[in-house]
Amino acid sequence: MTDDNTPPGQTPAALTCTGLTYAFGDGAKAVDGLDLSVASGEVFGLLGPNGAGKTTAIRCVTTLLPVPAGMVRVFGHDVAADRMGVRRLLSYVPQQLSADSSLTGRENVSLFARVFDVPRKERAGRVAEALEAVGLTEAADRMAGTYSGGMVRRLELAQALVSSPRLLILDEPTIGLDPIARTSVWEHIMAVRAASGMTVLVTTHYMDEAEQYCDRVALMHKGRIRALDTPHRLTDDLRERRGDGSSPTLEDVFRDVAGSGLDEEGGEFRDVRRTRRTAARVG
Amino acid sequence: MSAVPAAPPPVSAEAGQGLLFVPPRARPAWRLIPARVVAMCVVELQKLRHDRTELYTRAIQPALWLVIFGETFNRLNVIPTGGIPYRDYLAPGIIAQSTMFIAIFYGIHIIWERDSGVLTKLLVTPTPRAALVTGKAFAAGVKAMVQALVVLVIAALLGVTLTWQPLRLVGMLAVVVLGSAFFSCLSMTIAGIARTRDRLLGIGQAITMPLFFASNALYPTASMPSWLQVISAINPLSYEVSALRGLLLGTPTNLPLDFAVLVVAAALGIAAASALLGRLAR
Ligand SMILES: Nc1ncnc2c1ncn2[C@@H]1O[C@H](COP(=O)(O)OP(=O)(O)O)[C@@H](O)[C@H]1O
Ligand SMILES: [Mg+2]
Repeated sequence: MTDDNTPPGQTPAALTCTGLTYAFGDGAKAVDGLDLSVASGEVFGLLGPNGAGKTTAIRCVTTLLPVPAGMVRVFGHDVAADRMGVRRLLSYVPQQLSADSSLTGRENVSLFARVFDVPRKERAGRVAEALEAVGLTEAADRMAGTYSGGMVRRLELAQALVSSPRLLILDEPTIGLDPIARTSVWEHIMAVRAASGMTVLVTTHYMDEAEQYCDRVALMHKGRIRALDTPHRLTDDLRERRGDGSSPTLEDVFRDVAGSGLDEEGGEFRDVRRTRRTAARVG
Repeated sequence: MSAVPAAPPPVSAEAGQGLLFVPPRARPAWRLIPARVVAMCVVELQKLRHDRTELYTRAIQPALWLVIFGETFNRLNVIPTGGIPYRDYLAPGIIAQSTMFIAIFYGIHIIWERDSGVLTKLLVTPTPRAALVTGKAFAAGVKAMVQALVVLVIAALLGVTLTWQPLRLVGMLAVVVLGSAFFSCLSMTIAGIARTRDRLLGIGQAITMPLFFASNALYPTASMPSWLQVISAINPLSYEVSALRGLLLGTPTNLPLDFAVLVVAAALGIAAASALLGRLAR
């Protein structure tokens, strides 16, 4: 069951979304006709303000929200038809801090080794390697409840890595972290990716991070993609269009494509509140 | 973990990552449920090992029931127990009651796990809903087993003459695990419908007492009004208490029927909770 659009002899895209649409009970479309294709090995950023629909899109990809067949494929596997196959290929780090604070770091990672069917004789070794990859070897046997926000994020990264995912999905991995912890989280992500060649799909509303670390980005606003390219080309394009010699940032590009109303409507109250709550838990 | 190297290794940190480059192979589908049950039970045991305060605080209520309620009614001698001292009669009922309370509030734990993202992440692993629910049900059973043993010891300290026959004690643990599996699934099912912690807390409190009083935990069914007898007859807790009394005190009961009811109830609970678990993630 490979991707229909894949030319012969080429690996299928890590992720393709075709007209991905999702509406919650109230009928409003949180994601509205999303089209994108993430190449294997790429670091792809889904950017947008709070309430843009990033988390909802990701929850569709991770099989948490039901989508019709044909909308989302992960390495050629249709999410609607082959949930278990898709789940074996990806690891997901949600927006909230999701490590179990009443277990040690090592036990947290070990649980994920078990639920991904790592054989017993490999388990301890894999868990140790995953912890080492995120720099938590020393702290591994402390309770996760005593970790700082940045350490919890790295622990979650270790939980995600222990199953050797081909697609790593991170939802706002650096939200609420201080600049040093943010850099550290990103450096661990990039080091692991360089070593393993896995594909990374990441959401963020920090444009500077996306500019620095993502190969390509999609700018999302109100459930739709407004622009999609390398950060470099997006800023170059805007500079040419402006032609006033200024050097615009990704944030400027965003303001340009989202049009007016970004400040007033970018995220309803509950989205802001939810983000703040996460930030408080992380910080 | 590894021995301290004589000289710093010349290779990069990635050299140690041999294992992480190869994804684990999928297990055959029939092994998924037992494997997940083991995983969830291991987590529960790890938590118990880290924090034993819950173990102690949960021992207080059953002790009070046995000491105050048991002692008082022992003296009053108004409940027809078939010649057994009332406190002895009560002890299996308190084992069933206190393990039921733990199981019912397990659903709250599930909602907490949903809110904190722990459950969300487990739902994205190659774990069928039914395997996750079964795993959680048996993890609740692990907690209940520990609680049952604690109450057993308290009862023994209070001079209740229960059996110490190993086979009967194993039977007791099996009954308690099945009962907890049912009640924790009931709670997870309600969690799937209620979806918020506050609502579930309210519903949990609203149903535990009726379940307890509409059972034979405190008094024999025969001394109930007839409408209550009907409820007691469809209340799985009654079968749990009945089986526990039969095993621990040797009172007459239909053990195969008790076990059959508990197994069927647990299976139905697992099916219902699995069907509703996805709702929790939305
Ligand atoms: N569980 C939910 N029920 C109803 N509406 C929701 C739910 N989750 C998100 N939404 C709505 O969907 C839209 C997109 O939200 P989300 O995907 O969380 O955005 P982002 O992750 O980009 O901040 C928002 O308008 C939000 O209010
Ligand atoms: Mg979000």
